[in-house]
Amino acid sequence: MKLYLKIWRQFDTSSKGEMTDYEIDGVSEHMSFLEMLDLLNENLIQQGERVIEFDHDCREGICGQCGVMINGRAHGPLRNTTTCQLHMRSFKDGDTIYIEPFRAKAFPVLRDLKIDRKAFDTIIASGGFIGASTGQAPEANSIPISYETAEEAFDAAACIGCGACVASCKNASAALFVGAKITHLALLPQGKVEAPKRALNMVKQMDLQGFGNCSDTRACEIECPQGISVLSIARMNLEYMKALTFRK
Amino acid sequence: MKSKIPEGPLSEKWSTYKAKAKLVNPANRKKLTIIVVGTGLAGASCAASLAEQGYNIKSFCFQDSPRRAHSVAAQGGVNAAKNYKNDGDSTFRMFYDTIKGGDFRSREANVYRLAECSAHLIDHAVAQGVPFAREYAGYLNNRSFGGVQVSRTFYARGQTGQQLLLGAYQALERQVALGKVALYTRHEMLELVVIDGKAKGIIARNLETGKLERHVADAVVLASGGYGKVYYLSTLAMGCNSSAVWRAHKKGAYMAGVSWIQFHPTSLPQHGENQSKLTLMSESLRNDGRIWVPKRANDERTANSIPEEERDYYLERRYPSFGNLAPRDISSRAAKERIDAGHGVGPMKNAIYLDFSDAIKAQGKDKIEAKYSNLFTMYEKITGINAYKEPMLISPSAHFTMGGLWVDYELMTTIPGLFALGEANFADHGANRLGANSLLQACVDGYFIAPYTIPNYLAGELNATKFDISHPAFEEAENTVRRQLDRFLHTNGTLSADYFHKKIGRLLYEKCGLSRNRKNLEEAIIEIKELKASFEKDLRITGDNTLNSELEKAGRIADYIELAELMCYDALQREESCGAHFREEYQTTDGEAVRNDEEFCYVSAWEWKGQNKEPELHKEPLVFEAVELAVRSYK
Repeated sequence: MKLYLKIWRQFDTSSKGEMTDYEIDGVSEHMSFLEMLDLLNENLIQQGERVIEFDHDCREGICGQCGVMINGRAHGPLRNTTTCQLHMRSFKDGDTIYIEPFRAKAFPVLRDLKIDRKAFDTIIASGGFIGASTGQAPEANSIPISYETAEEAFDAAACIGCGACVASCKNASAALFVGAKITHLALLPQGKVEAPKRALNMVKQMDLQGFGNCSDTRACEIECPQGISVLSIARMNLEYMKALTFRK
Repeated sequence: MKSKIPEGPLSEKWSTYKAKAKLVNPANRKKLTIIVVGTGLAGASCAASLAEQGYNIKSFCFQDSPRRAHSVAAQGGVNAAKNYKNDGDSTFRMFYDTIKGGDFRSREANVYRLAECSAHLIDHAVAQGVPFAREYAGYLNNRSFGGVQVSRTFYARGQTGQQLLLGAYQALERQVALGKVALYTRHEMLELVVIDGKAKGIIARNLETGKLERHVADAVVLASGGYGKVYYLSTLAMGCNSSAVWRAHKKGAYMAGVSWIQFHPTSLPQHGENQSKLTLMSESLRNDGRIWVPKRANDERTANSIPEEERDYYLERRYPSFGNLAPRDISSRAAKERIDAGHGVGPMKNAIYLDFSDAIKAQGKDKIEAKYSNLFTMYEKITGINAYKEPMLISPSAHFTMGGLWVDYELMTTIPGLFALGEANFADHGANRLGANSLLQACVDGYFIAPYTIPNYLAGELNATKFDISHPAFEEAENTVRRQLDRFLHTNGTLSADYFHKKIGRLLYEKCGLSRNRKNLEEAIIEIKELKASFEKDLRITGDNTLNSELEKAGRIADYIELAELMCYDALQREESCGAHFREEYQTTDGEAVRNDEEFCYVSAWEWKGQNKEPELHKEPLVFEAVELAVRSYK
């Protein structure tokens, strides 16, 4: 099929970017979206032009490094799908596709479609862990965890840190990302000890990084490739309020 | 080349080592800096554990965050000899399965230590909050995996690697906040700095700005993963590369078992020329799926219209006791044998069927869905096919490198002060890795082994001369990198980096892939030299020396081309079939591998001798005391 692409080009963080038109022919429906971009880049190299920079790595939907806005939607038209798992059979011959980076104040554009998501790492560093140093662990079966609890914790732990939630939120809030980690760890007996401190620190860091507040539109849940529930935002609020109320 | 295996009985070697290893006083630890390249399970766990002890860590990854490292993609699970199922598992049993799985081409002492440390890894991961699968009573669940007859695989749905990596990543970030780890994301190591024969630093390129940086340390750890991406089409991430390992090799670190590459039996088949990777479907599917091809060659009928008696369940036929759970090398080769014989299925006739209809009949769709829903969904997303209704199409794909940097029992390479962990080293899997042993090895190396062996080395470095980045060795290393980058930017040819990557990948797949022979390997060495010459004059890199993904690729491919040549030398020299290394000249009449213990019971470690020179082979004899060398049969 032949496609008309409008792609965001921006040289670096401080430059002004713009949408640029490209045409691409010979796209097969079996190609992934990123393979379509590979093909476009191959064409650009043949023309001696600088390639379009975009982030990607595992190309199987789990590393969280890829992610662009496709026709205004994070990771494109399909539910629960990363950009790398989107295939061209979702488009048809003659389509025009708008491709832009995930936009948020906390995610500056590095070049073209590549963004800087260090803010997420910084939030994790502020408290998104269980402080068990190597060597301290007791026998694994000494603390039984119910099947349901383990499954619920897993549902939240499945977050891949791609940033689609932030990009889809009109406030550029990271509440779903932060809520998912707080939920994962607060549900497990091993994570309860540090839960109050974790909730206070992570929420504070989220604000410091420049993410906006949650106004409960739930766009994040709709666009999350892992289908993380907005209930994790409720749990973040619960853990935060508990911690704030009983703070010593 | 000394393996430094401790004296004493096998089961006491590691405790003996730990009891005698030299220590560094806590006050002195903060005077020592360790560079760790790679933030996957091996790198992140090592960096976090050493930082917890008080050392200063500089941690590097080429991705935008440590959490992206490709350990994240491991699906099936992690093995541990917990014997929670009371089904006869033990440290020795796990050791034996791994040695046998590796076709008796790994070190007994290393493998025993891996099994010995496995149980405690599960304890540690649970303490970190890894949400492993549970039984209804709240205890940890397991499943069985290829090549073994017990249930020792712990799992977190089909995302075990992701969950383990998040545990290690979070431990690493905790140390970042404490100021013990300096994190360098979007940085790529492009040269090792060796001073007075010891590893003392690296040259890294900041991939955001293009600037070359000098980093000095008292020891350097490479945990940069495997190089299966040399085949271009593989299950690996696009950025996975051999550059850190290869550049260390050119600075004097030996490479061992270089051509031992595992082809995973259950990946999705290639569908076209623009394809960039082959997606893995977890081996756990083989617990319930049955593998078959049509008995008749070139059968054009759809899978569901082929009656039962016209299907060839070739793994069950050839290996009745292990059946569909035969180890990976054997399953992959059996698949290739059927495909080459004309029984391949799918549009490109390059696949076999993995059929769940019997399991769905026996257990119900709900049970199968509970176990594998994410895999079935992923399969449908990629192929558009519903695998509850018709069998999956799968095929073997380049996956894991058993080979890597040669290391001794302490995981130190032939360069003092340079350590290699996880898939980057050659150590534990012999000629074939068992499923769910990869996550294990990466974790055990990083959490439990390096935190003893690296301090043992550093204890001797406390009073050594301190160097800084103005040393001429840094200047020289940086210049080497700069010259290469300039050359790529100014070659002004007509062919992209990907063109060369696809070329070298195809060449290796055909001549140094699932099966090899002398004629093909000799041809491959000549063709690789030709490709190298073409790469040097025909490459075209657009853009400049700032942020430039094409420039990153060029360096990796230059290294792949040289590595590919060494792989062929390695495969050519080893005139036997063992594990993943199948030399067509050495097989039984019914197509099984013939190992040659008389002549090849050693590790092949290769030394770089310079451009356009043949590599030099060094042999580390493998001595078996606890097990008897046996024909590896899964019949």
